[in-house]
Amino acid sequence: MTRLVYYEFIKLFLKKRTYIGFGIVLLIVPLVEVAMKLEGGRFLTIAMRGLSQDFLFFGNLFNGWFVAHQIMNSLWFHIPLLISFVAGDQLAGEATAGTYRLILIRPVSRTRIFIAKYITTLIYTIIFVFFLAGLSIGLALILLGRGDLIVILRGILILPEAEVAWRFMIAYLLATWTMITIASLSFFFSSFVENAIGPIVATMGVLIVFAVISVIPVELFEVPKRFLFTKYLNMWQKMFQDPVPWDEIKTGILFLGTWTLGCVMGAWTVFVRKDILS
Amino acid sequence: MNETILLTRQLGKRYKKRWAVKNLNLEVYRGDVFGFLGPNGAGKSTTIRMILSLIKPTEGTTEIFGHSLKSHRSEALSRVGGIVEKPDFYQYLSAYKNLEIVGALSGDVKRKRIFEMLDLVGLSDRATDRVKTYSHGMKQRLGIAQALISDPELVILDEPTNGLDPQGMKEVRDLIVHLSRDQKKTIILSSHLLNEIEMVANRMAIIHNGELVVQGDVNTLLDEGEKYVILHAEPLQKVLSVLKRRKMILKNISEKERRFEVIMDFAVIPELNKALVDAGIQVRALIPRRSLEDLFLSMTERTT
Repeated sequence: MTRLVYYEFIKLFLKKRTYIGFGIVLLIVPLVEVAMKLEGGRFLTIAMRGLSQDFLFFGNLFNGWFVAHQIMNSLWFHIPLLISFVAGDQLAGEATAGTYRLILIRPVSRTRIFIAKYITTLIYTIIFVFFLAGLSIGLALILLGRGDLIVILRGILILPEAEVAWRFMIAYLLATWTMITIASLSFFFSSFVENAIGPIVATMGVLIVFAVISVIPVELFEVPKRFLFTKYLNMWQKMFQDPVPWDEIKTGILFLGTWTLGCVMGAWTVFVRKDILS
Repeated sequence: MNETILLTRQLGKRYKKRWAVKNLNLEVYRGDVFGFLGPNGAGKSTTIRMILSLIKPTEGTTEIFGHSLKSHRSEALSRVGGIVEKPDFYQYLSAYKNLEIVGALSGDVKRKRIFEMLDLVGLSDRATDRVKTYSHGMKQRLGIAQALISDPELVILDEPTNGLDPQGMKEVRDLIVHLSRDQKKTIILSSHLLNEIEMVANRMAIIHNGELVVQGDVNTLLDEGEKYVILHAEPLQKVLSVLKRRKMILKNISEKERRFEVIMDFAVIPELNKALVDAGIQVRALIPRRSLEDLFLSMTERTT
């Protein structure tokens, strides 16, 4: 299995498409962070408009942690899109290229090939999320320095600097878990079709539809809402609440894990039964 | 006694209401170069895809080296290599890397073996070039290299000369003969060209509309039934007179085209030619034909 995963890695990382996501992150993150530095905290002032009349803020709140936290919002849509770009190509890409005919006539079972491909997808997802984490936090701290983290969500929460690093670390682990669900969904769609655009569009379509249903306050949607994975797509944000709602996080981990498992099992069922006509 | 290494029983594949392949019983013996012949769309590739487990049959079974493809897939395919239709590769990788990947899926394939295969198909000097820079002929040859990478006993080649120029076709045929004669491999060669099969195969099967038409020894099948010669010659009366004198049976005649179909043994062709020329007849062509060829050509004409 190690050898199969190794060659899936070779196939994945020698493909230009794999680096599109890294390239975009490498372009956008420094651009946003440099722009925010040049703006010099105007962004934070606008966000806290009105509050400064009632509260006195001390210290450097417009710091690297604050900017890195803002960048985590890309985990809502942009990072899933970039991940589905690769995950959606894992199976469908072979069909498009006609290389199923090359690999599926070997004595290795389809299940083993499937597992190798899925493991590669998981590793890519992990590397990608941690690349985003490393770049966004590292560069932000270099450019804007350290300090307490101000979280502006439903109110204002200021987390002391001593707590911020481990909260970020766990937040990114939770984000990785979330992105694995997205990657698995894309992988699932990838097992059906013979071109890689379909799984990307389908994944983003599902993400948008689920997200819309999740926020519409209609009674009809109340029951289905409970089963949508988008409910826990912001699980990482809970690490920036005080106290941290660990029970909610545990539920979210289990919920997303179930979705992931469902997608993987579904993809496997399709893949091992599929007639290769491409 | 011939050892059967591939056996299909009542193999069939249905897409909705249409049967692409139906009730197919093939038997390939060790050492065979087995020609699998049929016009385009006859069901050859569907059959090969079923044999190589790319497609699940709707009905029937396949056994390779005595292992059921359904229940012992890995064992059945462990000594098989193949090309299915046009050769597709990871275009962004080199030929060497492609073979390395295929080798990893086929067992323990050493670096030396990869270079041997590239050398065999004449691609060793382009081993590190990306496949996307290859011509169709080079890809076809690389396709043969990947089919042989694990040193399989049974090699299945689906239309391996498709798209090749005459020189390329000859090279592939020579390679097939080399693999069969020198390396003792069993080869299944699918083609829509009867002459190609005739040149290299010892046994063959013809499939049409998804069903087996005939299967057996190539020479026996070609020798069976009627043999005749198409003669293009004039003047008409003189030709008829020579044929009558030699007591030859006319199968058909086209006075307008000066075309005669004469039932005869092919060994007599030089003698007939001499007699015609001696009689002052202009002989434009003497074409030996066999009923199996007619059958196949009529199938091909109907479907292409």
